[in-house]
Amino acid sequence: MYFFERITKFDRRIIFLVIGLSVILPLLFRVDMPVDVTQEVKNVYDRIDELPEGSIIVLPCEYAPDTMAELEPMLFAVLRHCFRKNIRVIGCGFFVTGVTLVEQELRQIAKEEGKVYGKDYIFLGYRPYPAVVIMSMGQDFRQSFPEDYYGTPLDSLPMMKNVKNYKDTKLVLTINATSGVDYWIIYGHERYGFPLAIGVTAVMAADYYSYLNSGQIVGIIGGLKGAAEYEKLIGQGDLATMGMNIQSFVHLVIVLFIVIGNVGYLMTRKKRKGLE
Amino acid sequence: MKRQLPIAITFILGFVLTLQYFIPHRSFEIVYEVTNIWLQIIGFFAMILGILSLVMLHWDKIQYKKTNWGYSIVTLVSLVGITLVGVIGTEESPAFNWLYNYILAPISATMFALLAFFIASAAYRAFRARTIIATILLLAAIIVMMGRVPIGSIISFGIFPKLSDILLNYPNVAAKRAILMGVGLGAAATGLKVMLGIERSYMGSD
Repeated sequence: MYFFERITKFDRRIIFLVIGLSVILPLLFRVDMPVDVTQEVKNVYDRIDELPEGSIIVLPCEYAPDTMAELEPMLFAVLRHCFRKNIRVIGCGFFVTGVTLVEQELRQIAKEEGKVYGKDYIFLGYRPYPAVVIMSMGQDFRQSFPEDYYGTPLDSLPMMKNVKNYKDTKLVLTINATSGVDYWIIYGHERYGFPLAIGVTAVMAADYYSYLNSGQIVGIIGGLKGAAEYEKLIGQGDLATMGMNIQSFVHLVIVLFIVIGNVGYLMTRKKRKGLE
Repeated sequence: MKRQLPIAITFILGFVLTLQYFIPHRSFEIVYEVTNIWLQIIGFFAMILGILSLVMLHWDKIQYKKTNWGYSIVTLVSLVGITLVGVIGTEESPAFNWLYNYILAPISATMFALLAFFIASAAYRAFRARTIIATILLLAAIIVMMGRVPIGSIISFGIFPKLSDILLNYPNVAAKRAILMGVGLGAAATGLKVMLGIERSYMGSD
């Protein structure tokens, strides 16, 4: 078979093998690559960094284990930043298969940073119909969440004293892999005017640049790259920084395959035209 | 009456809730608060309907041994099993967390991880510069893919990230904004049609 035709028809098992190797090898031979911080991630970092001690932020996390590789490092970095600045966190989740995961992650970082439940952070848990819950939280958090995830009435948690709704918080940062981001923009930010930042998967990020451009959102942490940037800003490289090496090689390999496929396609087409 | 009553309710609620958005008066705030509570109650009943519909659909498949009826057994057993574990145990129940951590989480993470392999294979086969438009799409994809990873910055001396930012901030925003405006106007028009009873498909056919 003609060489250029052959390179357009690689067996898919070869592609799978090369992708597999480009994931495994950077794990075995760690190469630290420099991560450049983008303005949209720095905006989120700065907004949290400028908050006075004791401020409260709302941190709705709507993702499940399928997108955890991208969003868990993001949540970890944001939580570490908040807890180190003594910023208190109201966590919640409107994605049914992600609630247990988010609760475990929140508890893990709080434990690492020596934070106390009820005083430094709380977890409201899950309620269905995010749009409705977002709107009702604007009236009073207790309307949708009279009790927290563990069944404790909100009024008995020290952190929630004198905290009624978004007006008593400084920022809403949603870490989200669902269309829930749109709900936060439409039913949350537009209705109640709170500052909103978002952390989304890389594939979703492009959809929200228009909101960033119009000033409706403070900043975007996009995908694993955004999480790695945030880790760089807090000075603690972790899962995302390690993941960037893998992602770098996988992206490079995919691009090489696309280029090889196209070189083969163009040369074959040229030859066919020459024969005609 | 069967038709007029839903149309009347839709019109009144639609009209009042649209109005309250523009009138910052306490009475309208109360209307808003009350409807928010109603929405949650209605949502709860909708969930019951959803579960009943799911059970009936899969029960029917099992009863008449329709195609892939075995999967319906898995669905129903999972539905009942996880509900019982969740209801009987507490939310911190080890059994519930075990099911979550060792069954649900690995299954969904594995399914998503497989995508990388299929996307690579599909991109290699389908991403071809067949036309000018396809070539532009291909180049944009390569620039953004390489611009979003550190290695792209290293091999291009920082050019890929800059080009990627330009693509995301200008052509992407322009196109997305136009789409959003279209969607917004379309949604407003459809909302108006529903309120005025012109669009009645939500009531189902008789």
